[in-house]
Amino acid sequence: MSIRDNAWQMAAALSKNEISAVELANQHYEQIAAVDKDVHAFLYLDKEGALSQAKEVDIKRAAGEKLSPLAGVPLALKDVMTQKDVPTTCGSKILENWRPPYDSTVVTKLKDAGVIILGKTNMDEFAMGSSTENSAYGPTHNPWDLTRIPGGSGGGSSASLAAFEAPLAIGTDTGGSIRQPAAVTGTVGVKPTYGGVSRYGLVAFSSSLDQAGPCARTVLDAALLHQVIAGFDPKDSTSINQAVPDVVAAAKKLDIKGMKIGVVKQLSGDGYQKGVENKFNEAIAELVKLGAEIIEVSCPNFEYALAAYYLIAPSECSSNLARFDSIRFGLRVGDDGVKSAEEVMNLTRQAGFGREVKRRIILGTYALSSGYYDAYYGSAQKVRTLIKQDFDNAFTKCDVLVSPTAPTTAFKIGEKSNDPLAMYLNDIATIPVNMAGIGGMSLPCGLADEDNLPVGFQIMSPAMKDDRMYLVGGALEAALLSKWGKPILDFAPKLAGSK
Amino acid sequence: MTLNYDSALAIYEPTLGLEVHVELNTKSKMFCGCATEFGAQPNTQTCPVCLGLPGSLPVVNKRAIESSILIGLALNCSIAPFSRFARKNYFYPDMPKNFQTSQYDEPICVNGFLDVDVETDEGNKTFRVEIERVHMEEDTGKSLHVGGATGRIHGADHSLLDYNRAGIPLVEIVTKIVPNTGKYAPLVARAYVATLRDILRSLKVSDVKMEQGSLRCDVNLSLSKIGSGKLGTRSETKNVNSLRSVERAVAGEIIRHANRLESGEKIVQETRHFLEESGETRPGRSKEQAEDYRYFPEPDLVPVVPDAKWIEELRTLLPEKPADRRKRLQTAWAVPDKEMNAMVNAELLDTVEQTVLLGADPTKARSWWLGEISRIANDKAVSPTDLMSVNDVAQIIELISKGELTDKLARQVVEGVIAKEGSPSEVIAKRGLKVVSDDSQLMKAIEEAIAAAPETAEKVRGGNIPAAGALIGAVMKLTGGQADAAKVRELLLKHLGQ
Amino acid sequence: MAAISRDEVANLARLARISMSDAELDHLAGEMDVILGAVARVQEVAGADVPPTSHPLAVNNVTREDVVTPSLTPEQALSGAPASSEQRFKVPQILGEE
Repeated sequence: MSIRDNAWQMAAALSKNEISAVELANQHYEQIAAVDKDVHAFLYLDKEGALSQAKEVDIKRAAGEKLSPLAGVPLALKDVMTQKDVPTTCGSKILENWRPPYDSTVVTKLKDAGVIILGKTNMDEFAMGSSTENSAYGPTHNPWDLTRIPGGSGGGSSASLAAFEAPLAIGTDTGGSIRQPAAVTGTVGVKPTYGGVSRYGLVAFSSSLDQAGPCARTVLDAALLHQVIAGFDPKDSTSINQAVPDVVAAAKKLDIKGMKIGVVKQLSGDGYQKGVENKFNEAIAELVKLGAEIIEVSCPNFEYALAAYYLIAPSECSSNLARFDSIRFGLRVGDDGVKSAEEVMNLTRQAGFGREVKRRIILGTYALSSGYYDAYYGSAQKVRTLIKQDFDNAFTKCDVLVSPTAPTTAFKIGEKSNDPLAMYLNDIATIPVNMAGIGGMSLPCGLADEDNLPVGFQIMSPAMKDDRMYLVGGALEAALLSKWGKPILDFAPKLAGSK
Repeated sequence: MTLNYDSALAIYEPTLGLEVHVELNTKSKMFCGCATEFGAQPNTQTCPVCLGLPGSLPVVNKRAIESSILIGLALNCSIAPFSRFARKNYFYPDMPKNFQTSQYDEPICVNGFLDVDVETDEGNKTFRVEIERVHMEEDTGKSLHVGGATGRIHGADHSLLDYNRAGIPLVEIVTKIVPNTGKYAPLVARAYVATLRDILRSLKVSDVKMEQGSLRCDVNLSLSKIGSGKLGTRSETKNVNSLRSVERAVAGEIIRHANRLESGEKIVQETRHFLEESGETRPGRSKEQAEDYRYFPEPDLVPVVPDAKWIEELRTLLPEKPADRRKRLQTAWAVPDKEMNAMVNAELLDTVEQTVLLGADPTKARSWWLGEISRIANDKAVSPTDLMSVNDVAQIIELISKGELTDKLARQVVEGVIAKEGSPSEVIAKRGLKVVSDDSQLMKAIEEAIAAAPETAEKVRGGNIPAAGALIGAVMKLTGGQADAAKVRELLLKHLGQ
Repeated sequence: MAAISRDEVANLARLARISMSDAELDHLAGEMDVILGAVARVQEVAGADVPPTSHPLAVNNVTREDVVTPSLTPEQALSGAPASSEQRFKVPQILGEE
């Protein structure tokens, strides 16, 4: 048993009593103690809570109780999910020290399944960003190269996997915040169909786009975690009341003979790094070898997706973030007994929100304001219709669509932080999935020749057909593993102090 | 010169608009399962959803939707085949999310009307008030302003917030402009709110208690010069919280507008507050810049798409219209207008009807509820129905009609029931209040009375029937009031050969 | 011509309840101009014949029954409040009007 094992291997070792959940959690805390000073994946470690949870699992196992498949396996939770009495900051100063009085539904499901929540991971403030540089608590570093970004907004979750600080993590994906970090850290990340996983307790950035999902080092691990967190939740009106597709069986199937796989023409070319395109094409060649049929499809409206996204998401966030007003929770600034509630509110929001968050609140306030609504928010909603239509058309011809997850590999910390538009381009390939509410997965497909950094391969499946991306992902992963001879993370340089 | 009400209306024609907010009486809130009890301890009926805590999400209360549709149907509205919630974005400390989940351009019900009767110089006249929309939204919390002398917002040094009320379902009913009411504008406004209140009460969707704020009215008013055909600028008077205030607010605004216009001043489109003491309005704090509510469809909720079957099911639940019911009951019970109005005003129509349905005589039921019981309730400052159940009253009336109780005894039974001595039969047993109907027992008392006043008995024997009164009184006294006076009279006269 | 003026940004900051310095407003006005220039592209394809999509789900009528569920305790409700008093959330004086 090693912390480099996959989650399903850890689960097997636990069930055979080769290791206890407490020991397994402690091994991960040791790794965190050794490497997190450099990686900074975690914002908070709930060692006490995790170990008592682990102990409970061990007791139940010893008593012969039937346990969920992932019982006792540790997990890192993105700090955007509420966990009762555990600080939840969303990477923002405005929520510093806030301890929610309730569990998110995802956390409830994790706890019920006996998954051990090690702590909360770093993120771009309120999930706005693609590099985790927008965290009020400092950036997370990519374990492949500590001078580079781990992607965002869920950089902490993906970095924790790549640094072997946790075998599983929870992310949230509004425009690519699970998939792009997975791509640049050589890990797997899945954005389920919108409504597949409850948003209750997910601190909203953009309600019509946000979706929580599993992050792991393998497709099967992601599927096992998906199975735990997915399903209808009566507390979320936008949760889908249907059976969750059998993603675990799909991940294990490995047979994609005859499947029709569409390559989206618009998600390549200009702006895509050469090494990214090469690795993507090599992966396509593997799919052909596995017997899949490759079809080129055109989604002409995808070129407007980024623009529409940067209207819809800011619009919704300008409203979602209004509740951070210094009254019921969180930061209060400037309450000197003289200033009015309104002044204190203004000062708190000024001090508590970072630059990117304020930029998006102002942008969204503009897009919704009278006189501009139709031209901006209204037009963006129409683009959303067109993107959905593009997907609908494409899915009449193929079972899944594929593309590179991100146009480039991990860039240097600080490289794009003063150019919002350049930063937004990171999400160009991931955003259409959120706009249409369908499923998307990123898995590693190799290292780019020019920088030896991981490249992500994106698989998109129709709404509520999440099993398809697990099927294709599992098969591709197996083919690449046998081609490489070892998991991609074994190519990464060893972190100082790491086991 | 200053215009009074009559001189103002000689020059100007008022146009009304009314917005009524109704708190629904659902058990739980609009978007969460918190209770809605009035008067609970502060912040005991809150949860992550109605506190707007980060991560929480709303789920719509089905009964709130059904109540809204019922209201729409009762107001002759079309029920929208597709309706959505929208966020109304503005900051206010008593609003937890800093947006109100409301409905904007896709309300649940549209285009209805309500006919209201007003007593005019030419007799009763019906005015049709057209309804523009009925939409669903949520209530805000309550703030307590501390440190100021008056408890008002100005001068307070801080405020304390209780979110128990936040998220209670509200329905807003908005009229179209109501033209051509002339001098009856205040009466039409009052009659509209009163009629609406009756309908809402009959639908059992709200407590409609204006004094508790479960029904609140905003009055919009503008004046135009008679014959000009041009609508004037309107003012909006908020939170007018009694029927009388509605009437006074309209009249007051007519006078205020007219005097401003006459002196050449402009009417400012603004929100005003009604002052209960003076009947006048004062301006709200003017905002330097207009609010921009940035409405957009609420992404945390899905559309409300009532199908025909659901609507028709709800339609079958519609009760008889209050006005029709009143007419029907008045005819059936043969009650004069005045007494019918008394029953309605005392809010005892339902109670009397229920008592009658249990077999009681309508006249008796009415007189007990509006008489003795109301009198005691008044003294105790409670409602008559808090004191007695319809079952108790029906039982007492039945005993009277069977001759087992006299009115006098019945009053004692009522007293006993109110004093919580038990059911009417228990009170009768405990207090020994049975009518003495045993002839031999009565005869004994009659003979005793005659023996005590032989001269009176002689007069009666001699044909002086009215003289029997004194003897009957004596018998009643001897039986402790438990005898039926009519029966005593019959036996007495027979005994004395009459 | 700039798509958005500094004064407009100041008004948006007021609507959004964020106090901003002059320098910040200037900087943001510049950035907003660039971003709005880029996102305005949506207008190119947003024809009158295209219906808007505000939500990816095509689901209607999701409701809950009118049943009371337990609330938080007042202690829990107030646990995150920056200030409280008399079991209520305490805020500085409110200038606005209901």
